[in-house]
Amino acid sequence: MKRLHKVLGGLGMAAAALATSAALAQDPIRIGFVGELSGPQAALGQDQYDALMLLVEQGGGKLGGYPVEILREDSQLKPEVAVQVTQKLIEKEKVSMITGLTFTPTAVAASKVAIANKTFVIGSNGSSNNMAGEGCSPYVFIVSWQPVPHVAVLAKYANEQGYKRISLMAPNYVTGKSFLSIFKEHFKGKIADEFYTPMSQQDFSSEILQIAASKPDAVFVFYPGGLGINFVRQYRQAGLGDKIPLMAHGSLDGTNLPALGDAALGFITGSIWAPDMDNAANRQFVEQFEKKYHRIPTMMAAQGYDAGQLIASAIAKVKGNVNDKEAFHAALKAADFPSVRGKFRFGNNQFPIQDFHVIKIVRDAKGRVNQTVIATPLKDAVDPFAAQCSMQ
Amino acid sequence: MSLSLVILQLMNGLQFGVLLFLLSAGLTLVLGIMNFVNLMHGSLFMLGAYFSAAVLGATGSFAQAIAAGVLGTLAVGLILERLVFRKLYARDHMYQVLATIGLILFFNEAVRVIWGSGSISTAVPEFLRGAVAIFGLPYPVYRFAIIVAGLLVGLGLYLLIHRTRVGILIRAGASNAAMIAALGINIRLLNTAVIGLGAALAGLAGLMAAPISSVQSGMGEPILIMTLVVIVTGGIGSVRGAFYGALIVGLVDTTGRVFLPVLLRSFMEPLKAQTLGAAVASVLIYLVMAAVLALKPQGLFPVRHG
Repeated sequence: MKRLHKVLGGLGMAAAALATSAALAQDPIRIGFVGELSGPQAALGQDQYDALMLLVEQGGGKLGGYPVEILREDSQLKPEVAVQVTQKLIEKEKVSMITGLTFTPTAVAASKVAIANKTFVIGSNGSSNNMAGEGCSPYVFIVSWQPVPHVAVLAKYANEQGYKRISLMAPNYVTGKSFLSIFKEHFKGKIADEFYTPMSQQDFSSEILQIAASKPDAVFVFYPGGLGINFVRQYRQAGLGDKIPLMAHGSLDGTNLPALGDAALGFITGSIWAPDMDNAANRQFVEQFEKKYHRIPTMMAAQGYDAGQLIASAIAKVKGNVNDKEAFHAALKAADFPSVRGKFRFGNNQFPIQDFHVIKIVRDAKGRVNQTVIATPLKDAVDPFAAQCSMQ
Repeated sequence: MSLSLVILQLMNGLQFGVLLFLLSAGLTLVLGIMNFVNLMHGSLFMLGAYFSAAVLGATGSFAQAIAAGVLGTLAVGLILERLVFRKLYARDHMYQVLATIGLILFFNEAVRVIWGSGSISTAVPEFLRGAVAIFGLPYPVYRFAIIVAGLLVGLGLYLLIHRTRVGILIRAGASNAAMIAALGINIRLLNTAVIGLGAALAGLAGLMAAPISSVQSGMGEPILIMTLVVIVTGGIGSVRGAFYGALIVGLVDTTGRVFLPVLLRSFMEPLKAQTLGAAVASVLIYLVMAAVLALKPQGLFPVRHG
């Protein structure tokens, strides 16, 4: 009797599942957002998410004319959590695509799960070299950038400025070393000093002093997040701000500027986007983002917004039928949307082919510390890993 | 490397040591007198930075920011003593560790809820901005101010502990807490006072460090580890030990980072020297601590227990 009960119960549940999947056809398109939403790095994931939600709100709850539902999950900068939440979104929540992805480790983990489940990933920040090269997949689209040109643009700028001797600094870990080696590869002058500081080191006074003593033409550093704030403040306090130009990757991004304030003025960074880029889509994005969230949008937000626009354009192209994977893939690849960067297209590895700009930190028309584009030394840059990707 | 660079690097080490001293002075007393392992001391450092940065942002007044940093952490310290620590004194160290780690997580999350997950802005007073040239090299005025303020507080603490009645009680408590309780001293009140003093000093260190570092959730943990190294090196319960321990750790850490790569550069290629030097320098203070523990297990300036 008990067994019969179980069997009947199982049948009932199966029937219920069938009923819901039938109902899903009328339901909104479900989109999973996976990103870093807690811990010190939460500001980055939050920017990606806020910009996406701004776009959804602008469309009255629709993307590309079809109602959507965004399901948000925090990957906590832990790959195993990224795997869990992505699995849950795909298997339990039946999302038809995953967007967001803030940092490399979680982006790699979440993409693996999505690829295995033949679910599209429209990543708006994190990626890896492998994802751009041998590990490229038709299911993965990266709307942000590949780090090599993002660092190389500053080396190119340094060459154009005629800098002959440059001092380099970065935290002593894989990414820090790899970014400095990208810079060295593209910089034609001499390296005056090269410092790798332990990840836990918060005070750079002794290294800054050594830089002051060796008097290079410029300094290039990679310090992400809070380390970047420490470094820029201490560099300014040491009085080097007006003497030796500072170029930074990561330290001067929009998330750090409110905390840095005046200390960041005049320094240089590289990016694919700045709030003052002059195109209709960007003007509208920046104005509405500031109105809704009362802060200047960051590059992360711009990428989140572009990812949303890409999704919307593809949904419109397939007339809401996102389950037709071939058609949806073609629609995503076409990238037929008004990017806030002005122009946007995908390369064979489904990473963008785009311009990289040199950004200066200035006081904007409203008196705020903000970013502005001063040069574009890298036009239509293709990352070096694209050649290793077998897709056409 | 020129002599001027060496002198300025020593000053960097001194400045770092002074900051560490403010943190370790309070913590070493708590450990020594109450035998209480307070791992959330770094959170008080963080709160000092947050309180002062927030008040500075709201009012623009540095005097008010300093008051908020010191008095705010003092209040937090006293409240915690009353509500949490008091229940833990008689317990095993493991309970104390667990409870105070819980408080670290609580405060890290609390500042995120209140001030957001990003780093918050702060500034240096106008008259402390910029750098002065010493032997042709720039040295930030603000770091001078930290050295001076830290040494003054150190002097104040010395007078408090060696020249006042409270100081006698604190020293007696560090030597033998049970005995001074038996002598009729209100040990509970003394505990509260010591916790409050330690919290205020940690807050002061935090507000002084705020303009040179990023004011963000979790900023207290890296410095807590250094503080523990200082205390173990200097001798638990001894403010004098904390002072010398902090200077030793500050100087060894800074000079190691600067001079080891230079030294190694004379017999290997620069990049390798830099990497190896940095790697060795980052463990140097722990080596010093290990050496001290091997030679003088009680630390360099142990408290004599009667």
